[in-house]
Amino acid sequence: MSFLEVKNLNISYQTRKETIVASKDVNFSLERGEILGIVGESGSGKSTIANAIINLIDPPGEITNGSIKIENQEICNNEEIIQKARGKKIGFIFQDPQTSLNPLFKIKDQLIETIQTHLDLNYEQALNKSIQLLKEVGIENAEKRIEDYPHQFSGGMRQRVVIALAISCEPDLIIADEPTTALDVSIQHQILKLLKNLTVKRNLAVMIITHDMGVIAETTDRVIVMRYGKIVEQGKTSEILSNPQSNECKSLVMSVPPTNKKIDRFKLLSPDGGEISDNSLNLTNNIIENWAVRKVSHEKLLDFKNITKIFDGQSIIISTKEDDKIKALNDVSFQIYEGESFGLVGESGSGKSTIAKIITSLVKPTNGQVFFEDVSLHDPKNKIIKNKYRGQIQMIFQDPYSSLNPRFKVKDIIAEPIKFFQKGIDRSSIKDNINDLIDIVGMTRQSLDRYPHEFSGGQRQRISIARALATRPRLLICDEPTSALDVSIQAQVLNLLKDLQEQLNLTILFISHDLPVVRQMCDRIAVLRNGKLCEINETEKLFNNPSHSYTKELLDLMPKIESILID
Amino acid sequence: MFLKTINKIYDTDIGYSFFNSKIAIISSSIFLIIFLCSFFAGVVAPYNPFDLINVSLMDAFTPPIWSEGGNSSFFLGTDHQGRDMFSTMIYGSRISLIVGFASIIFAMILGVFLGITAGYIGGRYEIVVMRLTDVQLTIPSILMALLVDGIARAIISKSMHNEMAIYVLIFAIGISEWPQFARVTRASTLVEKNKEYVSASKIIGLPNILIMFKHILPNILRPILVISTIGLALAIITESTLSFLGVGVPPTTPSLGTLIRFGNNFLFSGEWWITFFPAILLIALALSVNLLGDWMRDALNPKLKKR
Repeated sequence: MSFLEVKNLNISYQTRKETIVASKDVNFSLERGEILGIVGESGSGKSTIANAIINLIDPPGEITNGSIKIENQEICNNEEIIQKARGKKIGFIFQDPQTSLNPLFKIKDQLIETIQTHLDLNYEQALNKSIQLLKEVGIENAEKRIEDYPHQFSGGMRQRVVIALAISCEPDLIIADEPTTALDVSIQHQILKLLKNLTVKRNLAVMIITHDMGVIAETTDRVIVMRYGKIVEQGKTSEILSNPQSNECKSLVMSVPPTNKKIDRFKLLSPDGGEISDNSLNLTNNIIENWAVRKVSHEKLLDFKNITKIFDGQSIIISTKEDDKIKALNDVSFQIYEGESFGLVGESGSGKSTIAKIITSLVKPTNGQVFFEDVSLHDPKNKIIKNKYRGQIQMIFQDPYSSLNPRFKVKDIIAEPIKFFQKGIDRSSIKDNINDLIDIVGMTRQSLDRYPHEFSGGQRQRISIARALATRPRLLICDEPTSALDVSIQAQVLNLLKDLQEQLNLTILFISHDLPVVRQMCDRIAVLRNGKLCEINETEKLFNNPSHSYTKELLDLMPKIESILID
Repeated sequence: MFLKTINKIYDTDIGYSFFNSKIAIISSSIFLIIFLCSFFAGVVAPYNPFDLINVSLMDAFTPPIWSEGGNSSFFLGTDHQGRDMFSTMIYGSRISLIVGFASIIFAMILGVFLGITAGYIGGRYEIVVMRLTDVQLTIPSILMALLVDGIARAIISKSMHNEMAIYVLIFAIGISEWPQFARVTRASTLVEKNKEYVSASKIIGLPNILIMFKHILPNILRPILVISTIGLALAIITESTLSFLGVGVPPTTPSLGTLIRFGNNFLFSGEWWITFFPAILLIALALSVNLLGDWMRDALNPKLKKR
């Protein structure tokens, strides 16, 4: 008999207009000492299953039938039993450590409250146990830090506290819903290692839900692949990843950017299993002529010279102490040459996005200058010339859900920059322009009359690209353009960007925290850490032979899907 | 065709919420009836109370039709000048509604403009504007209106005063209501301005004025709509209060507040209907608008959606 058994689980959400099936005939089991991964694209029902196990499905969702058994005890839809099991038998780790701890309570109080609810211990014992737990999850100086509030911990530390909380009552099952998605690579590595160790040491059953195939490859023993609420494949992780059977699974594995080599473009699978290989761009001569595609000159396009940026906050008392100021960027310099794609890599807080904001003039640098061709972008004297250059630098944003104005139709979104940059352009040529652009990014012309909320994340990102291209830019800044997308969609968008660069001779500044993606996209890469530039090198040299110790560390720690593939 | 539109409205979330809320339906029908009656006052009202030919002092103090001494030609009785109560009320609610709507639109334009610029531009300008709203909020709206009225009386000549009274009233109420709009607009603008579509517009190079009013404004209309509905009720009540105090519209064109004031003089001598019916109408009007605003606030807030 397995430790956890889920049989024929059906969950549906009844809304006013339709019934959405979030999970259909899901069957799986989990043993002690085993880590089970559930992977799938967004909306595939991964989290719904996890929530069903602890009976925390938000209404109007409900379990229509099926059974969930822990050690042969039926817990499905049985709030009384689950209430006792939650915390004691089942520990839960949430995605965002910033919000899953109550900010008004000390760590001590949160741990002791949980422990005393489930275990028969007095305050002194509970306190000792809490300190013990914090030590176990690797928090140094636990006796002192237990008196701290959550905001005094960093993100990774907080996730450790959440894990300590989850294992505090010696549960048998831990459910981790995207436990490392909000964390940086190095911290992700530590947290996953910790989870693995705990599984062995305490003989736990662990369920990890994630969309990151690298995490799946590095930590799990078995994996379940889901799509549209159904399990499409399950089995040993190494087998599934090296030899996927179903089309869904194949396309999922194929779209993962390889970490060990650079590929030309991502292979894509159509739903029926055929390979989509042809170029998604169908540029007619008309478009190319219209766009006056430039020859690649390989000359210096952007010169980012000794930039320092200090955010000194909005405080009334101006601090004069040099140490108090946070330097978001500290004397950063690099050049971008026309026609190349330049990568910026770093963890959160390293200043990547600040660089994008400075280049696009959303933020002024404290010190230093940015030259586009030979024009200084932040010189107040150059205002007129600067406006001329405005359209030459465009940007694609991270979050496709907030980067398009929800009150505008797609055609108005794309038309706006055209109208603004080509004053006096007549209606029919605006329409031609819009049609060209929507063709370029691979969407149908019918979508022009719709509103952004009618599209998926990947489609919105395409609209965003079309808008950025509307000014016919020379430099395209992509700030984490795919980090909010599923892997297969990510592959499509990355392919599109590659094609665009080739056909239109764009120069791309690609900002990402995702090393495999950067490797696929960029010719040269700069590594940033805490606002300082660590090294700049050509992509392959950097990956094969990193010179800076931080780069080495990053490369070592990134989860690699190749690590378990069987040839 | 008509059915199709109804179906379409029913299909949207807000329409569904409307048709499933008894309060919303009842209060909106009451408001609509009052609104239409006052809009078509010339058709609906049996008499024109301001046409002196129709008014006879002989009819003064006729009680409502069901009381003793009631006259079938005056459904709700007459006032001290012999004007038909029902007709005066309809014409009176017209004045109340005009002042209410106009002053709230005035307050909205002023408040939204200051709020959106304060939120978007920030810096010293924002501090000045927001402190100004704080100062404005410390002055009770009635006091503010009395102040404006007093100043207006000093400036405008007496002969002009009666003509100008309604504009003074609109200005006075509007000026005391704008801080609400400014605050809500600024708060929503602060949220919207950090969204990436605003950054995208900036990068395209659009001028700030276009970003504010073309991009941000349509996205913050919901909260503005809610407070303007609730503000409308407040404006109607403020107008009535001022008219009751005698600083509102002149007695020649009485609003609901003025009617209540007239009636107040006769309340203790037994002619209760002169003050009672306008008061009921005022309550119905203010309450229906207020309830409509409450419903709208809940319906437009996705966090309060019924599960």
